[in-house]
Order: sequence, then structure tokens, then C-alpha cells
Amino acid sequence: MRKLPRVSDPATPLAAELVAIGRAAPGGSPDAEPVTLYDRHGVLVIRVGDVVVKAHQADRDNGPLLAVRMAVAARSPGLFLPPLDQPRHVLGRVVTVWPYGEPVSPDAPPWWEAGRLLARLHLTGLSGERAASLPGAEPDGPHPTGALPRWERPVRASQVVARLDVDGREEQVILRAFGTLPAWVRGNAEVPLARNVALVHGDWHLGQLVALPDGTWRLIDVEDLGVGDPAWDLARPAALFSAGVLPGEDWARFLDGYGTGPAMPADGDLWRVLDVPARTLAIQIAATCVISARADRRPLDGFESALVDTCSRITGSGRSPGE
Amino acid sequence: MQCPKCRGTMRTYDRNGVHIEQCEMCRGIFLDYGELEALTRMQQNYMQAPPPPPAAPAAPAAPAPGWGQQQVHHHHHGGHHPHYRQKSVFHMLFST
Repeated sequence: MRKLPRVSDPATPLAAELVAIGRAAPGGSPDAEPVTLYDRHGVLVIRVGDVVVKAHQADRDNGPLLAVRMAVAARSPGLFLPPLDQPRHVLGRVVTVWPYGEPVSPDAPPWWEAGRLLARLHLTGLSGERAASLPGAEPDGPHPTGALPRWERPVRASQVVARLDVDGREEQVILRAFGTLPAWVRGNAEVPLARNVALVHGDWHLGQLVALPDGTWRLIDVEDLGVGDPAWDLARPAALFSAGVLPGEDWARFLDGYGTGPAMPADGDLWRVLDVPARTLAIQIAATCVISARADRRPLDGFESALVDTCSRITGSGRSPGE
Repeated sequence: MQCPKCRGTMRTYDRNGVHIEQCEMCRGIFLDYGELEALTRMQQNYMQAPPPPPAAPAAPAAPAPGWGQQQVHHHHHGGHHPHYRQKSVFHMLFST
């Protein structure tokens, strides 16, 4: 992995607080050298020895919902990195404390293990939580039983597409493809009740996996955890496979690891349930690429162009058979 | 027949009269001379034709949706390296 900057002299009061919290945390050491792991989009993550301290985005669900989600992580140490402490408030931000885990190396992503871990997440008993996704439950009410919220729709897709410059050529290709998605995905219609619900991560990608010292993998980042259609957790690799970016053998390893997890229909026709999620993520990733290229004033590279081309094919293919 | 890329078993499928060999392991597809053109012709016909009636399920589970970009390998190609360290691909796979 690339070298990350050391924070020998924490640049901000918030960073200084995070370092102090990490040093004092269970497993922390007072003389550990702090390292910034992430500092973007209003999120600051600092590693101090074997402890990681995260200041969350200010506008997320940082209250009772985060507590419910962290409780799920704490109850499932075989699936999630378990929190070391309760969330706390520091300088107007919510801060959580975690053990350090080794991120995935891009040279050898553990595709099979990633698929298996996702299937195990989806198979996790929902008992109390399942009620939250059923009709008659109070979606906006309190969660006295610790119920997780419904994971309803891929909100990031419409958010990122809304940031596109409507005059750009590639932008128009992406916007046309977005217009072919079902109205509920675009946020223009009520979300249909998912036919198949499970405990879902809600924002799954390879950056959400870390290895423990024993080499086994765990999920991180519980902020989108909910009860919803598990197919959406497979949407990103499915989209990248469909765009020709993710090699077929790695996609096959991932699916082999996932096996007959809950997203897989009984008849094995995975693309029936994956088609709309994969289209949506292809469009979302294409939009993210174009926005990033425009911000850097550079042309799209071959992989980014492949995503835009995928959007053309989505528009050309008409309505999804998965609708 | 063995897949020259990953040594998986190749199976022959009949797609509307075009024989294609697909590897059961890596899903790579081999096309013989003229088959790509035949498939392209059929795809063009498909795009121009009105939506077909619900078809009987195809023999194998489709490896990708109709809008997908198949990972087509030709006989003269070696394996392709996963470009996960490429900045754009890294972002696609490792971030929100």
C-alpha cells in the first residue's frame, strides 16, 4: 500500500483529540505513532498503534441509529470488526473507536472470502430486525427494540447523477441511462417492498474489508447497515464485471464464495435479481468517474470510458427484465 | 477442451445456431472464425426487432446481462492482468 502521512504534530484540534482517544483506548499505547488513514468527505480516520479512531461525517445518522448499527457489529464479531467503545461526541462530531485491521491489497483481493463473508452477513438471523421491513412497522418511530432501519434505495446513485453537468457529452450518456432506471430507484416513486430481505451492509466494496492478525476477514463501516434486498450488496462487482473492468475469473471466485447465499434465487438465475442493481451501480460509478475527471481537467481513461460505454448499452437494451 | 487461460473445462453452448465455447471456471468465451460476426448480426437484428416473446430459459445461466460487456478472450491473447492498482479502477472497487 502507499505510504500514508504520519501525524507527528496533529494538524487540527480534532486530530489531536482522536490521537488522545486512541492512545487511551483499550489496546492503545501512549507512545504509538499516529497515522492518518483517511481524511476526505468530512471523515477523519486516524490509526494509533492497534487502535483506529474515526470522526464521522457530521450529517449522517449519528444518533440512536448509529448505536443500533454498532450494537449489531458488537454482537457479530465473526462478521464485523467489533467496536472497542461506545460512540462519543468530540468537538461537535461523533467519534468511534475500533481495532486496527489490515486493508485489502489491490494485488490480491480475497474475492472468494469476500463473497463468503457477504453471504454469511445476509444469512444472519434477523428475528427482531426483520419486523422493521414489514408492512405495519413504524419506519420513523423510535427503535426501542434495537431494530435496524430498512435499507430502501440506492440514494447515492441519484445524488451523484444530480451533480453532473447536463451539457457534457458523456454526462448526457449517463443521464439518459439513469432515465431508464425504475422510478423508485431514481427516487421518483415509492419504494416497493423488497421480495427478499436480509441484513445488508448497504455500501459494500473492497474498501469495507479488513484482515485480522489471524488472516480472517471482517466487514467495517456499519453506517448503512439495514434490512433490505441483499442483491444490492453484490451490485458494485456485478456492475464492474458487466462493464468488462472486473475480470470474469475474479467475478466467478466472488460468486463461488457467495454460493447459495440469500441474494441467489432458488432457480439460480442471479441476473434476474441483479440486473437493476448492477445497472444502477454502473451508472453511479460512471457518474463518479466523470465528475472526478472533470474536477481534475483530464480526459477519461480506458476503464472510465468503459463505464460510460456501459451506460450507452444500458439505454440501448431497454427495460430491465428484473423490473 | 481446456481453457488455455485458466485450465478450466470448456463447455460448448449453442446460442441461436452459433457454437460458443465457454470456460466453466473463468467464464471466458472462445469464438471461432466468423462467430463474432454472426453474433453481431444477431444482436443488430435483436436491437431492431420488437421485444421478443418471453423466451424459454437459455441452456446455461447467462454469464452477464444483455447490456454487459463480455470478457471475450481470443486464442492469441494471454491472460489479462487485473488492473486493480490503476487509480480509476482502485476507486471503482475500493470506495463508495
